[in-house]
Amino acid sequence: MKEYLDFETPVMQIQEKIDQLKDLGKTNSRKLDEIPKLQKKMEELQREIYSKLSPWQITQLARHPRRPGTSDYIKLIFEDFVELHGDRLYGDDKSMITGLARLEGRSVIVIGHEKGKGVKDRIVHNFGMSHPEGYRKALRIMELAEKFNKPIITFVDTPGAYPGVQAEERGQSEAIAKNLWVMSQLSVPIIAVVIGEGGSGGALAISVADQMLMLEYSVYSVISPEGCAAILWDDPAKISEAAESLRLTAKDLLALGVIEDIIPEPLGGAHYDPKKMGELISKTICKKVSALELIPPEERVKQRYERLRKIGAYTEPASSPS
Amino acid sequence: MPWFKKERHLLTDPRKVKFPEGLWVKCNNCRGIIYRKELVRSDKVCPKCDYHFPISVNERISMIADEGSFHEWNADLSPKDPLKFKDTMRYADRLVKNKEKTGYPDALVIGGAKMNCQPLALAILNFSFMAGSMGSVVGEKLTRGLERAKDEKIPFVLFSASGGARMQEGVLSLMQMAKTSAAVARFQSEKGLFISVLTDPTFGGVTASFAMLGDIIIAEPKSLIGFAGPRVIQQTIKTQLPKGFQRAEFLLEHGMIDMIVERKSMRDTLIQLLSFF
Repeated sequence: MKEYLDFETPVMQIQEKIDQLKDLGKTNSRKLDEIPKLQKKMEELQREIYSKLSPWQITQLARHPRRPGTSDYIKLIFEDFVELHGDRLYGDDKSMITGLARLEGRSVIVIGHEKGKGVKDRIVHNFGMSHPEGYRKALRIMELAEKFNKPIITFVDTPGAYPGVQAEERGQSEAIAKNLWVMSQLSVPIIAVVIGEGGSGGALAISVADQMLMLEYSVYSVISPEGCAAILWDDPAKISEAAESLRLTAKDLLALGVIEDIIPEPLGGAHYDPKKMGELISKTICKKVSALELIPPEERVKQRYERLRKIGAYTEPASSPS
Repeated sequence: MPWFKKERHLLTDPRKVKFPEGLWVKCNNCRGIIYRKELVRSDKVCPKCDYHFPISVNERISMIADEGSFHEWNADLSPKDPLKFKDTMRYADRLVKNKEKTGYPDALVIGGAKMNCQPLALAILNFSFMAGSMGSVVGEKLTRGLERAKDEKIPFVLFSASGGARMQEGVLSLMQMAKTSAAVARFQSEKGLFISVLTDPTFGGVTASFAMLGDIIIAEPKSLIGFAGPRVIQQTIKTQLPKGFQRAEFLLEHGMIDMIVERKSMRDTLIQLLSFF
């Protein structure tokens, strides 16, 4: 699998040169003198490339094979993670990770899509595409959170719900719909963090929240640019145009009033410095959980409803008869 | 001013669904050839295979509600083009075209009605308008309707036919799934009765939100209902789909719906169901 993107290539070339010089430096220390200059050059180049990324390039970054996923952030952000398995109805969907954890001392519930790393692992995790049992496992754990009054943190990273025969047989739509229903009614604080790809209903099924946050280079969309190009343009080559039209970047969603905040990423993206990324996410969600905990539960449910209630764009004559 | 005004309304009513012209019609399900007059007589149900053809909003209202009892809510709520979306055609132009075609500003018609003198909220997704897709207007009208039904303590009956969320409104369409599901949750938590009727076809963001949240879920015979479309599934799994896959009968078999009801007995069934609550 290719581990870097086309627009990363110039940066990677400098990085390779730096690595070579480091190797040579072991025998000839004068070689090391060139490194700071190259590093500066690399950073400048990176800043330039990343300052004008297109929505399609951002989508590619959001799906980067080396991008940290839910399991990485669980290790980086929480202490004492205990994974809980199964929906008690059918099976254990490995594309969805759920469990108990500690965030700065307080116990919380963590739920997130997991795409997996490397080919074998990705197949195990079904590339982050859940079946109904995945959403129902998430639902079961959310109800546990409600019962014991624990805040819920979700990590969104999925191409979408799995489109398969068994998924339909077991009620893919019902599973997603039920999660939307229940999440809108839970009285505990819910924070959703889009860490990579937020694909359609499968993403929404764990992102009805009090606060929805996106990493700088994550995307969230009603349909993938590929799917959109195939349906609306009838031309799979129009991916870039579709990505542009869909307004799926973090900046777009903030402007459209769908998310509350953007968490900035380290230079080059989260995969360049997962530890730093973890710290940034941790800092933000700690602050948000503390603020949400101050709101009385009933008020929180009301505010969550109002938050969704105002999303949309339409016109209406001043005195609309009904 | 002419002495006699020609009553053209009935013939050219743009609100009527386009029904294939000509004497003969091909069935979407069994591919059989049906005499058009016979199809109209049978409430647009195929006499050979019982497939229920799509019908217009007005036809639906007249089949379900007491005569003259339907009054529309928020009829003037109209779509915007928040993303300035353009594919092969501008979304703004597509909206104009669909308004001309259907006579409605968007894909949901909702209002108060009576059934056997009992008041209810009646909502109908219009497949003729951009495949009944849900954008901001559908989401907002449905949410307002559910809020009103909650306040007026009346049951809510919805007929769905939709391709899913409307791509041209991007993430705003996606979020309507959460918004409408939250409105259903509020309505049902206050003991509101929601009967969801699925008609051919109902898919995607509509099934994955309000349509599958009915206290009682009914489907018309042979309707295609699902999350992902059959073509997408076939491309993913690369094998033949099982016979009858995603048809109403398949959903009943798998425990996803309560019952399949023929068009001609739909009104009586709904009246009977409501009488229990």
